[in-house]
Amino acid sequence: MADPVKPVDVVIVGFGWTGAIMAMELAEAGLEVLALERGDDADTVPNWAYPKVVDEIAQSARNGLLQNLSKTTVTLRHSKDELAVPYRQIGSFKPGQGVGGAGIHWSGVHSRVMPEELRLRSHTIERYGAKFIPPDMQLQDWGVTYDELEPHFDRFEYVCGTSGQAGNIQGRKIEGGNVFEAPRSRDFPLPPLTDPPTSALFAKAVKELGYKPYALPAANASRPYVNSYGCQLGPCNFCGFCSDYGCINYSKASPQTTILPALYRKKNFSLRTNAHVLRVNTDSSGKKTTGVTYVDAQGREVEQPATMVVLAAFHLHNVRLMLSSGIGKPYDPVSGEGVVGRNFCYQVLDSINLFFDQNTYINQFMGAGGVGQAIDDFYGDNFDHGPLNFIGGGVIWGRQTGNGPVRGIPLPQGTPAWGSAWKQAVKDNYLHSGRIEAQMSNMAHRGCYLDLDPTYKDAYGTPLLRMTLNWQDNEQRMSEYIGAKALDIGRAMGAKSMAGRIIKRGTDWDTRPYQSTHINGGTAMGTDPKTSVLNKYLQSWDVPNLFVLGANVFAHGIGYNPTGMVGALTYWAAANIRSTYLKTPGPMVHK
Amino acid sequence: MRLAARLIAIVLIAVIAAGLFGIWRIATGIPEVEIPAALAQRQPDPAHGAKVALLGDCSGCHTAPRDDSYAGGVGFVLPVGMIYSPNITPDSENGIGKYDFADFVRLMRFGVAPGGRRVYPAMPYPSYAKMSDEDLQDLFAYLKEQVAPVPRKTRPAEIRWPLTLRWPLAIWNLAFNPARRFVPDPAHDAEWNHGAYLVQGLAHCGTCHTPRNFAYAERDLDGATPLFLSGASFAGTSPINLRGNDGDGLGRWSKADIVQLLKSGRNPHSAASGPMGEVVGLSTQYWDEADLSAVAAYVKTLSPAPGQRPAFSPDETTLDSFLKGQAASSTGARIFMDSCSACHRLNGQGAVTAFPGLAGNPMVQSRDPASLIEVILAGSRLPSTEAAPSPLAMPGFAWRYDDSDVATLATFIRSAWGNHAPAVAPGQVTDVRNRLGLH
Repeated sequence: MADPVKPVDVVIVGFGWTGAIMAMELAEAGLEVLALERGDDADTVPNWAYPKVVDEIAQSARNGLLQNLSKTTVTLRHSKDELAVPYRQIGSFKPGQGVGGAGIHWSGVHSRVMPEELRLRSHTIERYGAKFIPPDMQLQDWGVTYDELEPHFDRFEYVCGTSGQAGNIQGRKIEGGNVFEAPRSRDFPLPPLTDPPTSALFAKAVKELGYKPYALPAANASRPYVNSYGCQLGPCNFCGFCSDYGCINYSKASPQTTILPALYRKKNFSLRTNAHVLRVNTDSSGKKTTGVTYVDAQGREVEQPATMVVLAAFHLHNVRLMLSSGIGKPYDPVSGEGVVGRNFCYQVLDSINLFFDQNTYINQFMGAGGVGQAIDDFYGDNFDHGPLNFIGGGVIWGRQTGNGPVRGIPLPQGTPAWGSAWKQAVKDNYLHSGRIEAQMSNMAHRGCYLDLDPTYKDAYGTPLLRMTLNWQDNEQRMSEYIGAKALDIGRAMGAKSMAGRIIKRGTDWDTRPYQSTHINGGTAMGTDPKTSVLNKYLQSWDVPNLFVLGANVFAHGIGYNPTGMVGALTYWAAANIRSTYLKTPGPMVHK
Repeated sequence: MRLAARLIAIVLIAVIAAGLFGIWRIATGIPEVEIPAALAQRQPDPAHGAKVALLGDCSGCHTAPRDDSYAGGVGFVLPVGMIYSPNITPDSENGIGKYDFADFVRLMRFGVAPGGRRVYPAMPYPSYAKMSDEDLQDLFAYLKEQVAPVPRKTRPAEIRWPLTLRWPLAIWNLAFNPARRFVPDPAHDAEWNHGAYLVQGLAHCGTCHTPRNFAYAERDLDGATPLFLSGASFAGTSPINLRGNDGDGLGRWSKADIVQLLKSGRNPHSAASGPMGEVVGLSTQYWDEADLSAVAAYVKTLSPAPGQRPAFSPDETTLDSFLKGQAASSTGARIFMDSCSACHRLNGQGAVTAFPGLAGNPMVQSRDPASLIEVILAGSRLPSTEAAPSPLAMPGFAWRYDDSDVATLATFIRSAWGNHAPAVAPGQVTDVRNRLGLH
């Protein structure tokens, strides 16, 4: 059944952001690199050519660029006492598919991390005492520091042409930037995008309240830009079709716009599309991977031998591959033992629509995915949690990503759902409304985890990944507190009325409305093999020639958008593979 | 018959006979090729020959896309029908394996293959004739020694008799191929002369960019007149005027701009589309800096082409009009705003080096709008080059706009922001659409 093929130095499973970054780094190091992508190839022209791609029905309503859930999906439940059922319709999170992965349809908000988030357990104990951590919260340090990652955050920002204003360059505070941010080695590669009306109103209001707004770092180029690979980005024109869409004019950073043109010129790199990896193969000792087995476009099983394997298939498929390949001990929430599937986290999103009077003009049709004004006054541990009794925080922002009639027409509470009153409300509100949000962290809890579903299988016969997750008390109280702050801001912005969703005590995770695709955890990185799957270099503790990338390596959910962190961790792992692992293959951290 | 009439008849017959004899001599004559002793003793340099092949862009015509190098098979639409480039690998049955150097010289300078068969000047031998003996020798050595032989028969031409007759080309050659080697001009420096040598000879720029006469011959092969490289209508496209005109030539380009375009396909003024994109992709992106600079230095000295030419004088009125919301009153402006301005911007300046500007762009301003129409209908893709790997592409709009709208749009672009190029008629769009087979 399996056809042996020519061995390669490294097989990269999945070809989105992490796959493209790692492929480029290892190809530059001279390795024979093969990337396997289950989906199709895609490029700006023809796949995202204007005007055909800006089709709200095809993309936003029918999720044309997203994962085909009929082939493979996940099952969901709130707790282990429930029966998990399949996610048959795109809702809460939007996994991508094809070359470029979610890097095609993301918005482009490109943040870093706060230093204390990477050692949140130690930090919390230092500041609030060990008793502050609830018993079922699996809070743990990540094993890597901000200082170690800083050059790689910088690297990824310069690859993307990220537009922003630094607030702290090597300790020197810069007016106009984020006063809370950790030191950067230098400024952003491009200046911030122009503020759309919602963001300008937000910035003005938060200043009046005493908070410190900053321009959200956006991987939507504010100017034409050529990165260090020679790849060209064009300036964003605020077309308003970022999230869910491929960028029409090379302005949003994606693997296609920032890396692939240079990577494809390398003779030691090759790509196979429509290649669905079934499992990572190991030898009889179980301590060494020999390559992968995949199903090709003709439906044949192919065994691809490789000296190294890198999982870069997005959070869901990375974790599932570890489980279905039998690598690492699966996590058991009852005993608390095992590691694969442990610390599965998400993000908590409160979303508030604001309705203004006729004098406030906001052209909702225009926008960009990453542009906005934000405050970190309630992020991480920037505020005193002592009296509040929860751990975590989030960023509050006023963005304007663009809207359209199919994507949704937000209306004030109480508006009839149809008829002449509805039409009048649309006329009165569409060009006079905006949205602010609070995007918050999500700690790891004992009962929130991933494993393989006992009942449902995908089109290839592999058990689906089962998600067990719900909002816990810690997150609900955090959201109540920060959500209230967001409502204050909405009032200060002059909203006549507000309507939206704030997660509170008693609110379950509703998997139907879109929240974010920032699922994370499951193959946590760390210092202790008893609570982590990977060491600080993202190398498997069990199989040293296997590396795992993606947000699944997070020890818990952060408040910021995770892509900046995911890219930086990939560059970090690649740098260490090149400097250390390739010279001396084997465990890079000794248990 | 009277004596005078008989004498006149005899003289006439004699003249006609002599003429026919002369034509027969020309038609069947094989040009003599003498290899000087010094050249015969010279050690050829095939590595240098590889570079010569790049400079001459032999692959452009002799290598089919994604096919074996130099195995031929690229099609050319000629007035007489369709021909396909031959296999020039050293295969002995199907390629140049049996050629000696004299055969090669005879082909490259005179267009005569072994056995006396004449090749169509679609093979630009009148330009290659300017090559030095040494370059020819090195190129031959490269093709014979470093190119892999491919056993593929050259695809036969699709031409109907009597147009298959080749001997009339001998007469064409006599009239239009001086077969002169390049002679340096002592009034200019070495860099200029090297640039002239490349442009007139190996790089054969005139093949596309110099207008042709009734017999389809380039009207100036030596750069002696302002016709040289003054723009042409060729193979359904409109290669631009490369002379010093501000409005439709390279008058406002710097030397560095020219080098940048040849290296990467893009510069602050324009982007190489269609066949020129191929030239950049296959040839000029690999040239040495010195060769690129020499070409730029030479081209920058070309005086403006005379006569009525499109002008350019930068102008804010078009942008003002857009910003005042007046676009709706002009169909061309409205189409531009709907379909083009996301990249090319309302000021027509694009975004360097991502999207080419349209204001003052020589391709936009060409008297013949064929290239502009083709890009609007079918889109365009930049070559990926070492210097600039992103193959940025523009989508086509043939599906969205009919011939009348495309003509209106093209006319708008050619008269906006200070452009002053002639209007475009719907019939011109129809011709291009039919040629491309886009409906």
